[in-house]
Amino acid sequence: MALMLVKFDLKKRVKLAQSVWFMYWFAVLAGVLVFSMGLFFKIELRKRSELMDNNESHFLPNLLILMGLIACGINAFGGKVCYDSLDPTKFAKWKPMLKSFLVFCVVFNALLFVTALLCFLMRIPLQFTLAEGLRNGMKYYKDTDTPGRCYMKRTLDLMQMEFRCCGNDNYRDWFEIQWVSNRYLDFSAKEVKDRIGSNVDGQYLMDGVPFSCCNPSSPRPCIQLQMTNNSAHYSYDHYTEELNVWKRGCRDALLSYYGGMMNTIGALVILVIMLEIAVTVGMQYVNSSLSTLANPEDPESESEGWILEKTVKETFTDIMDKMKAMGKGGKVEEGGEAAVATVS
Amino acid sequence: MVVMKMKFPFQKRVKLAQGLWLLSWCATVAGATTFTLGCVLKTELRRRAEVMDNADIHIVPNTLMIVGLASLGINYFASKICQDALDAGRFPRWKNFLKPYFAASCFFTVLMLLAVIMSYAMKGSLESSLKIGLRNGIRFYKDTDTPGRCFQKQNIDRLQMEFQCCGNNDFRDWFEVQWISNRYLDFSSKEVKDRIKSNVDGRYLVDGVPFSCCNPSSPRPCIQYQLTNNSAHYNYEYQTEELNIYLRGCREALVNYYMGLMNTIGAGVLSIFILQGSVLVSLRFLQTAMEAVAGKENTEIETEGYLLEKGVKDTVMEYLNPVLKFFLLTNQVEEGATTSGATPATT
Repeated sequence: MALMLVKFDLKKRVKLAQSVWFMYWFAVLAGVLVFSMGLFFKIELRKRSELMDNNESHFLPNLLILMGLIACGINAFGGKVCYDSLDPTKFAKWKPMLKSFLVFCVVFNALLFVTALLCFLMRIPLQFTLAEGLRNGMKYYKDTDTPGRCYMKRTLDLMQMEFRCCGNDNYRDWFEIQWVSNRYLDFSAKEVKDRIGSNVDGQYLMDGVPFSCCNPSSPRPCIQLQMTNNSAHYSYDHYTEELNVWKRGCRDALLSYYGGMMNTIGALVILVIMLEIAVTVGMQYVNSSLSTLANPEDPESESEGWILEKTVKETFTDIMDKMKAMGKGGKVEEGGEAAVATVS
Repeated sequence: MVVMKMKFPFQKRVKLAQGLWLLSWCATVAGATTFTLGCVLKTELRRRAEVMDNADIHIVPNTLMIVGLASLGINYFASKICQDALDAGRFPRWKNFLKPYFAASCFFTVLMLLAVIMSYAMKGSLESSLKIGLRNGIRFYKDTDTPGRCFQKQNIDRLQMEFQCCGNNDFRDWFEVQWISNRYLDFSSKEVKDRIKSNVDGRYLVDGVPFSCCNPSSPRPCIQYQLTNNSAHYNYEYQTEELNIYLRGCREALVNYYMGLMNTIGAGVLSIFILQGSVLVSLRFLQTAMEAVAGKENTEIETEGYLLEKGVKDTVMEYLNPVLKFFLLTNQVEEGATTSGATPATT
């Protein structure tokens, strides 16, 4: 008893072939879309690779690019086969490969599903990479004279202005590191000597943040230095002040930016999977309807189309039997050799 | 004397009609592109409307949008006319339509060229509008509690950060204006009282700039306050310091940005102008060539096509005479009445 049996006459077969051909063209465009999304994601990761310690994993965008290319190839091939299916002579040369092509399509759909799942799960390793990368980035903020790190200040400043964030978790991260280079500190001044003497590592720590943390929406000019000292500024209370500097941490900001991008890509990949399943099912119908012609000589005869020749259970047991037979075939040979060895 | 006479055998007429049909579709797309370019320019100008004093510059994108829409209509009719041109039965119904059609088309095509010329000519107007707008923006920077001006601070800060500029002409414009609101000044402190007394208007002037003037590419943390005081900061000399804050003025930055945008758009519109002009010239040749065929038995004869039947001056007078007559009509009637009134008196 075949799965989802449908009867086909010539007109219906032609309509089926035409609509599946049409859908294959959409599927090629979908493959191009997946490829371009992978490329876009890769470029976005590269743009900010400095903030992730050059340690970020490019596995997901590479996988998306590969899947996009394979999808384009499979769907173009499927479209060509569909186009030829209306002509019996042309179709005859494609017929033998069709079964393995369909199996390959099913495997490809499963891989696409795994890719979509990865899109939603990659957030977690990205979180750790960002936390590590930002902490190191802030440490190197002052090293504008060290080769290899001289652009860290600019990168961090531009990132904080663009994403409207300050520090790693929040602005207090800047209080724990020295972000003013020693080249611009007057070591003969009492204030500098006091600050450096006041902590174990001899670092110049202060309760201030760089200018890129400033919020333009604040009604008063930005207060960057002596932020926790209420008496240093007129009419200022750092406990209730909300608009002065950005309150959000940059790890949160970047994570939500990349997370949103990955969610969108994951959703689009799921839509592409549904399209791929539809074209695979359509191709299976085309194949089965053209191989069960009531009268093989007459192209206008009736035929039947199905998704599976037997029921799901029977097909599954068939596959298991085949695999067992392959395994037994090896065993029979071994038994034969052993028998020959014992005889001789 | 005829302008640009050309011979058109039957095959050449057919080729002309086919080529014109294709060209008019390209020109339709080009017209839609002109409209889109006008919209883009208008959107960009509106985004910075708070730092512009007047909206005179908006005449350029408005003209582009009008011309874009008009050219859609012109090219639609051009394609219809050239489709009917080869059919001797259907062509005569366009006869009365063509004269005003060519007049309108020439007018809008010339308007396209005028829009490009205007975009260069109005640079001075844009610059003076920006000068006044930026000056007001800097003056009202501190008024974050005054309704109608409370967003000036935010706008100027974002403008300076995005265009990498500081002040109107340069950063010293901030020294001449009080940009810190009185709400955040401690009037009991000596320093504030000194500064306020030191100038006639009683303003709190500082030699400092807002944080949005800071340049992220500077190797040292940003120095915003006491900019002209070398001893206030370690290892600092303001005469040679170049990377600390943006040295460019915002007026110059904005004028360069908008001129660059209008140059790009102008180049595109010029090529669309040439395309549109060629459509009109081809249509004129097709029309005059087909007019000679009208009423003849054999439609495959060779005819002549021309641009203008009379010379340029005569054709211009021919089109202007009805317009002039309309305006001078009342004068002529009055003159006639006065002369007829005078002659009975003399006789």
